[in-house]
Amino acid sequence: MKARVYVSLKPTVLDPQGQTVRSALNGLGYKAVSEVRQGKLFEISLNPGVSEEQARHEIDTLAKEVLTNPVIEEYRFELSE
Amino acid sequence: MTFGVVVFPGSNCDHDAFHAISRNLTWDGERCEAKFLWHAEESVGDADAVILPGGFSFGDYLRCGAIGKFSPVMRAVKRFADSGGLVIGICNGFQILVETGLLPGALVRNRGLRFVCKSVALRAGTQASPFTSEIEPGRTLQIPVAHGDGCYYADERTLDELEAEDRVAFRYVDNPNGSLRDIAGILNRQRNVLGMMPHPERATETLMGSTDGLAVFQSMAAAIACRTPLVR
Repeated sequence: MKARVYVSLKPTVLDPQGQTVRSALNGLGYKAVSEVRQGKLFEISLNPGVSEEQARHEIDTLAKEVLTNPVIEEYRFELSE
Repeated sequence: MTFGVVVFPGSNCDHDAFHAISRNLTWDGERCEAKFLWHAEESVGDADAVILPGGFSFGDYLRCGAIGKFSPVMRAVKRFADSGGLVIGICNGFQILVETGLLPGALVRNRGLRFVCKSVALRAGTQASPFTSEIEPGRTLQIPVAHGDGCYYADERTLDELEAEDRVAFRYVDNPNGSLRDIAGILNRQRNVLGMMPHPERATETLMGSTDGLAVFQSMAAAIACRTPLVR
C-alpha cells in the first residue's frame, strides 16, 4: 500500500514562492494562470500486511505530528494499492 | 554562571554563542562560562540558562527546526523552561522553539525570497523581561540577521495577544523579511523563553562591528544572578 500526503500552506498564509512562479508563468505567456500556491508531496510506502484502517490512522497521525506545522499548513492524503 | 549551548547536527552558530558567553560576557567582574550540550543528551545538567543557536539543524529538511524539535535534548529544554529556566533561541533556535510549541506562531520564507545577511536596527519592545531588562528604553541596537526563513507569521488573534501581553521582545526598525508587525523576537507567557531571528552573539565585541548584542546576555546574567545568589 502507498500513501500520498499533500501539504499546502493555509489560504491565510502568504506564499511568495507561489506568487513568483505565477508571475514567471504569466511572463512566459501562460495567460490562463491566475494564482499558484506551492506545496509539498510525500510518497510513502507501507509495509506489507498493514491494514487500511491502520494505514489511515498512522498516516493521519504522522501528517499531523511531523509532516505539517498546523500553524501555517494543512494536509490531505490518499491511499492506493 | 553557566550557559548551555545546544549543538544539533547542522548547528553553525554554536561556537559563536560559546565564544560570546565565555569570552565577552562578565557578571560582577567574573567571566561567565559556556558548555556545549549535544542534541542527544537527556538533560541540560547544571546550566543556568540554555541557548539554542543558529544554523541549519538537520539541514533544515522538512521545515526549519522541524526535525530538531524531536531531539532528546529538547525534552530536557522543555522541562527546564517549564520550571522557569531561561531559554533563548536564536535564528534556527527560534524556529525550533516555535516548532516545539514553546513559542507561538511560525517562521516562513522571507517575503522577498532572498536570504538576508546584514546588520539591522532593532528596538526592544519591552524592558520587562529577563532578556531585555538591561536595554535602556528608546535605545536602538545594531545586530546582524542571517536567514532565509525569518518572516514571523501568526494569526491576528495571536499577534493581538502578544502585543496585549507585552510579549514582543524586539521589533525591526526597517523590516528586512516581511515579519508581521515588524516582529523580530517574542517571549512566552511566563517570559522566560525568548526567540529572536537576529544574532546577538554576533555583536558582542568591537571587532564584530557592534557590541549591542551583549545587552541581551547581560540581562540574562542579571536575571540569573538575582534568582540564584552567586556563591563566592
